[in-house]
Amino acid sequence: MAPKLPIYMDYHATTPVDPRVLEAMLPWFTERFGNAASRNHSFGWAAEKAVEIARQRIASLIGAETPGEIIFTSGATESDNLALKGVADFHRDEGNHIITARTEHKAVLDACKRLERQGCAVTYLDVERDGRVDPAAVRAAITDRTVLVSIMLANNEIGTVQPIAEIGEVCREKGVLFHTDAVQGVGKVELDVESMKVDLASLSAHKIYGPKGIGALYVRRKKPRVRLAPIIDGGGHERGMRSGTLNVPGIVGFGEACAILAAEWRGESARVGSLRDRLLAKLQASLDEVHVNGSLEHRLPGNLNVSFAYVEGEALMMAIKDVAVSSGSACTSASLEPSYVLRALGIGEELAHSSIRFGLGRFNTEEEVDWVADLVVDKVRKLREMSPLYEMAKAGIDLGSVDWSQNAH
Amino acid sequence: MAYSNKVIDHYENPRNVGSLDKDDPNVGTGLVGAPACGDVMKLQLKIGDDGIIEDAKFKTFGCGSAIASSSLITEWVKGKTVDEAMTIKNSEIVEELSLPPVKIHCSVLAEDAIKAAIADFRKKQAARAATGQAADARQPRAATGK
Repeated sequence: MAPKLPIYMDYHATTPVDPRVLEAMLPWFTERFGNAASRNHSFGWAAEKAVEIARQRIASLIGAETPGEIIFTSGATESDNLALKGVADFHRDEGNHIITARTEHKAVLDACKRLERQGCAVTYLDVERDGRVDPAAVRAAITDRTVLVSIMLANNEIGTVQPIAEIGEVCREKGVLFHTDAVQGVGKVELDVESMKVDLASLSAHKIYGPKGIGALYVRRKKPRVRLAPIIDGGGHERGMRSGTLNVPGIVGFGEACAILAAEWRGESARVGSLRDRLLAKLQASLDEVHVNGSLEHRLPGNLNVSFAYVEGEALMMAIKDVAVSSGSACTSASLEPSYVLRALGIGEELAHSSIRFGLGRFNTEEEVDWVADLVVDKVRKLREMSPLYEMAKAGIDLGSVDWSQNAH
Repeated sequence: MAYSNKVIDHYENPRNVGSLDKDDPNVGTGLVGAPACGDVMKLQLKIGDDGIIEDAKFKTFGCGSAIASSSLITEWVKGKTVDEAMTIKNSEIVEELSLPPVKIHCSVLAEDAIKAAIADFRKKQAARAATGQAADARQPRAATGK
């Protein structure tokens, strides 16, 4: 029996709001609508109290010492921008060098590009074949001008989990601030900003079953005290680091989402991880040349990024249109360039064109996984029957030895 | 990417998928595109001694538009003479399938595939004529590629 369609397997893009989260949020739209900055009446006090409870819950999930280290933003893109631009601006007299990696999210990379235009020097570290950053490479890249290292907790495309504790150790030893974009990893893998020596961390609610439009930046207060210049000026909210009236319903939902994860994340990660393993096993049992992109060992439990050789990713997505997934294929992007993350791993462009990202999460079931696996196997077989590359490979022709330049556009 | 109904129809029910014997002197094979670009089309035409395209088969690695473009041209070329097939323009494919600008390269590739298959056929025929086997009076003019 087919499960209810369409099936959502794109949890890296966004997640549905958990019904428990929605329930917690609802009163804060209507009867408790106060401005958390209104200090002189009960509407404001109630809102402020709710915000502080949420702040405590978020801080607790990531192991922050005090709730005041959580600065609310509109989302992780803003958090990344605030961390990078805010630190670079505040520390401009001490240095201008930033270290990051080629596989970071565009919110980090594009903020770095802008900082380069404004006089910063940025080192973009290569990653290993499995997508991991070598902490020794971070150490080697640090100079006396380095003010910040920014390495994500887990990658949004390939799910690779970075050695955050090791990189944090290097940065602390060298006296350099360490930012991590923790959007994809938080609530799925271990994140403890104290033991991992993280100084700044970007978070987003909508990736963890909370609402869109609310995020946070963890900003360490002690040992070391992190200073940054705001990028939004105004009423001086959030310790002056981010002005603007607080999104109280969003913050309440964010806090509720974190409280749920604090209680449930280990069990949920184990369950989702076993669904992912089941999906991969089924695909590999029925199809040849299924290549897993990125590390299998250091990986988000819900992530499966695979290339089905000789089949173009967008064509496969079209064939499984009742299943919501993503592809690293150029054809799914406006730029016609295949995924820069896959290319940074050294994966050939043809395999990058053939990649599909399955993102499993809280509401997926075993039944869905089995149905999707059967569908994908069937469609990959059909598309391979239609693929001249598969035919050539089966005839023993080494596709790498073919001179395609005669034909290429 | 929102596709036109015609693209979806050709993608879901592709016409003339398959292969012809590439060693048959009456079969021209065109292989265009590159795996690194995400598109490879193989078009094969079986051309009668009267210069009429009797059969067409394709295999394509590429997105939905690339598959639909190849499927469409196999329908279009059947029954045409090689000279008529040579006049098919990519803009006609774009129009028929309502391809968006970002997919125009798929139609260019399909036009190239027709030209490459015919060039291959003409090369075979010229080689055959040169070696004196089964010389054919109605053979198209000597091919020099596209």
